[in-house]
Amino acid sequence: MSLVEVSNISKSYGALAVLKDVSFAVERGEVVVLIGRSGSGKSTALRCLNGLEEIQAGTIKVGDYKVSDQGTDLRRLRQDVGIVFQHYNLFPHLSVERNITLALTVVKRMPLVEAKQVAARVLEQVGLSDKVNAYPEQLSGGQQQRVAIARSLAMSPKVMLFDEVTSALDPELKEEVLKVVENLAEQGMTMILVTHEMSFARQVADKVIFMHAGRVHESGPPEQLFGSPQTPELQQFVSTRVS
Amino acid sequence: MIREFTILEIRLLLEATTWTVLLSLIAFAGGGLVGAIVTLMRISRQAVIRRIAQVYILLFQGTPLLMQLFLVYFGLALYGYSVHPMVAAAIALTCYSSAFFAEIWRGTIETIPRPQWEGSASLGLTRSEQLRYVIIPQSIRLALPPTVGFAVQIIKNTSVTSLIGFTELTRSGQLINNVTFEPFLVFGCVAAIYFALCFPLSALSRYLERKLHVPR
Repeated sequence: MSLVEVSNISKSYGALAVLKDVSFAVERGEVVVLIGRSGSGKSTALRCLNGLEEIQAGTIKVGDYKVSDQGTDLRRLRQDVGIVFQHYNLFPHLSVERNITLALTVVKRMPLVEAKQVAARVLEQVGLSDKVNAYPEQLSGGQQQRVAIARSLAMSPKVMLFDEVTSALDPELKEEVLKVVENLAEQGMTMILVTHEMSFARQVADKVIFMHAGRVHESGPPEQLFGSPQTPELQQFVSTRVS
Repeated sequence: MIREFTILEIRLLLEATTWTVLLSLIAFAGGGLVGAIVTLMRISRQAVIRRIAQVYILLFQGTPLLMQLFLVYFGLALYGYSVHPMVAAAIALTCYSSAFFAEIWRGTIETIPRPQWEGSASLGLTRSEQLRYVIIPQSIRLALPPTVGFAVQIIKNTSVTSLIGFTELTRSGQLINNVTFEPFLVFGCVAAIYFALCFPLSALSRYLERKLHVPR
């Protein structure tokens, strides 16, 4: 059984349909990259997976949870599905350490001492052990994003979602974040990424999904999608994005 | 019988000032407490509860404090509940200031950007946990200067309670003026005392605004 199963989901804002009959599956340990133009629905699809957006039709299963159910226990679901945002969404009033330990102590009811150990471990993983007492505003964008990854990682999620995590960063800061994501992939973390970094997508993805006008237009292994795109839409997309 | 305005009269004014201060403190604390509840109701996810809070705020912001005071003092008396002017004043000022606090605080909570809600929701925090650990701590910073600023309004507004016979600073001034016929002197002193109470708070509010980098 796949870890994530998205079956025929649809979503619209009023008359505007943003997702039309979208289906895909993600296996345990797999890295799936969603690509497509702005407004193609890829970020929305991602945000549906942890219940940040509601869907109007179809089902999403993550492990044991059905996201589409009215009575979905979002609190449980979100402990299994981590997300990292484009703008980091760190809590500016809390130190780096507290950003990470907050949900561990409040949601997972972990004793603070133990939570601090977890924070130390994940901060080491993203190479920011020395910033444990810093505040978000004292960090560069790349460092903030690495803290956000560590914060999500600390919850030991079964799958991690990355929503354009390098889009807000200067080119020279993207690399350090991509490196962290790459390491996670190597360690076997199940991940779904929305990204505009095509060379990175090609390198890290097990499967690429090209979304167009709210639908899954084409999907397959990266070599196939980038090497021999079947549809004119993807051909055009690839020719303008990949050098 | 005309009395002179002496140190004794100044002492009387200062004694009455303690009532003004006490009433202000009660209004600030009571208004803060009720205001906090109304704030939470105002941002509730239940439309009915939001609506109730909205009507409450509209009513108390849209009518003169003096009318609220008369309603509590004379209105309740009509139904056989004769309340002490101090109690009536405390009730009316609490209602009045809670409506303003609720509006100030709702505004500051709403300025916290949506990503803060999404970020905390994504970590599995419930709505009340989000408010407690993420949203309210950030909005307190924003709320502090206008909250302290509103305390000044409360102090000045306690003067209307003189009209139901509560002997605070203003009424004490009137009584002394009645026997000394020195309006400039007496009310000058009364005004100076109000200023002495309010100015430090205004200054504190401005200081907090600068220190916390909060644009008004």
